[in-house]
Amino acid sequence: MKAQGTVLKYGDNVDTDVIIPARYLNSFDAKELATHAMVDIDPTFVERVQPGDIMVAGKNFGCGSSREHAPLCLKTAGVSCVIAKSFARIFYRNAINIGFAILECEEAADDIEEGNQVAIDFDSGIITNLTKNKQYQAQPFPPFLQKMISENGLVNYVNNQKGNK
Amino acid sequence: MAMTMTQKILAAHAGLDEVVAGQLIEAKLDVVMANDITGPMALPIFKQMADKVYDKDAVLLVPDHFTPNKDIKSAENSKAIREFSFEQGLTHHMEQGKCGVEHAILPEKGLVVAGECIIGADSHTCTYGALGAFSTGVGTTDIARGMATGESWFKVPSAIKFNLTGTLNPFVSGKDVILHIINMIGVDGALYRSMEFVGDGVAALTMDDRFTICNMAIEAGAKNGIFPVDEQTIEYLNEHTTKEWKAYEADEDAQYDEVYDINLNDIRPMVAFPHLPGNGHTIDQVEADEKIYIDQVVIGSCTNGRMSDLRKAAAILKGQTVHERVRVMVVPATPKIAIQCIKEGLAEIFIESGCAFNTPSCGPCMGGHMGVMAKGEKCVSSTNRNFVGRMGDTQSLIYLASPETAAASAIAGYIANPEKFGGNK
Repeated sequence: MKAQGTVLKYGDNVDTDVIIPARYLNSFDAKELATHAMVDIDPTFVERVQPGDIMVAGKNFGCGSSREHAPLCLKTAGVSCVIAKSFARIFYRNAINIGFAILECEEAADDIEEGNQVAIDFDSGIITNLTKNKQYQAQPFPPFLQKMISENGLVNYVNNQKGNK
Repeated sequence: MAMTMTQKILAAHAGLDEVVAGQLIEAKLDVVMANDITGPMALPIFKQMADKVYDKDAVLLVPDHFTPNKDIKSAENSKAIREFSFEQGLTHHMEQGKCGVEHAILPEKGLVVAGECIIGADSHTCTYGALGAFSTGVGTTDIARGMATGESWFKVPSAIKFNLTGTLNPFVSGKDVILHIINMIGVDGALYRSMEFVGDGVAALTMDDRFTICNMAIEAGAKNGIFPVDEQTIEYLNEHTTKEWKAYEADEDAQYDEVYDINLNDIRPMVAFPHLPGNGHTIDQVEADEKIYIDQVVIGSCTNGRMSDLRKAAAILKGQTVHERVRVMVVPATPKIAIQCIKEGLAEIFIESGCAFNTPSCGPCMGGHMGVMAKGEKCVSSTNRNFVGRMGDTQSLIYLASPETAAASAIAGYIANPEKFGGNK
């Protein structure tokens, strides 16, 4: 699996209340949620984001609420991957469970700038900054999670397990 | 291999003699909970995996966030989980007016107990660690799978030990302890890890203090917070539950990533400034600076809407008048607490002093309803998050504090020291 896109960059502790504010949680329609993504810290996000774009952020991305609406609205808005120094644990689980790509890489999170063109090879974990002509190595996922990602999320994983029993 | 308290509970639920930090396990679940925000979204995912829930006694759907329903869409969401609950024949059917805030009602009804492995599709599910359970927040797909199979995957966490000594001073409570700790270690200070609270000081903390402390473990990034089972826990369990429970203890030589010694006597009333729960200031620092005038006060939530919270707030508000520029939302966390407030005369104290005394709900905490703020407004809140836009406009500001500090501030009209407004002043 590969991704390539333009970078939208944010800081530390991007919380789920700003990724998708609670006032929009009376809906779980992915397309509707996507129209409000990031609105409270970046009202221009929804207009700017293009299919394939990559979000880059600091530490503790997705902290706060357990709302799966957060990774879902970013995925539906067209974001192909979030690269961060670290992820809050519930966001991390939710992203894997719905098949939304995330990568932890401190060096990439520091070095990549807003507007850079970035390509990602998920199999090797290599992140290439095409603008700066630099490469960074992301933390690999444990094999168990790689299996879940390759099976396209938790539901398929569970159903495949049932089939094997 | 020595294990922490959390690791022992996880090992038991994974059917293993031992587990080590970092190990990926599949664990059996004792309770699976979702609410009116996360539950409806889980239902279509659940139906991809099963027709019937794995255990009618163990699956709990609590309509508390946007209830009493604030608009048509939230009414549809509540309807979805209500119909599912009846269709599946869930043993513990929850409804507005009879349940209240999830993390207050589950312990109160004795549905969560010591030694259990619990997941909830709400980040503050870590609250039940106060009872000596492993309890953690997950998302919608995880909860759908939990409802379907009664299992979940976990990465076994390492832990941070908080060795508590001493006793709390008057006007200092569990909220101040956890705000102090988050300020000390940061909002990702316990990321992926357990926070285990031990030491002689535990005995000096009430069950309500422990619920508040574990409730906000997630605000330090933790997977769970947990207290050992002691006499107070046993008394609480005897009073509230008929479920079987089990006490686990950490091994004496269990490994911890870090150990912090905290003397409870040293903790001051704390205020977390916008926009992070880790942005804590002592009340002395607050008083040394220019007064921070406020527009709203919220006393309630899964963090601080319990009986002792409301008693403490009422003790400060008794015979006083809420400042003319301030509005106050008091939200008891459960119907039982609301009735107790009426019986003890607290409801009268709140209403006579000028507070709105509301029906149990998550209400204003997440800016849904019952106290949404306008641009530029400031609130002192006994809730758990002060993120940008959490309680309304993106330019409104939330200061997190204890119910006592919130009550004192309601009277003063600015963030005030409860020691100077408390009963015997």
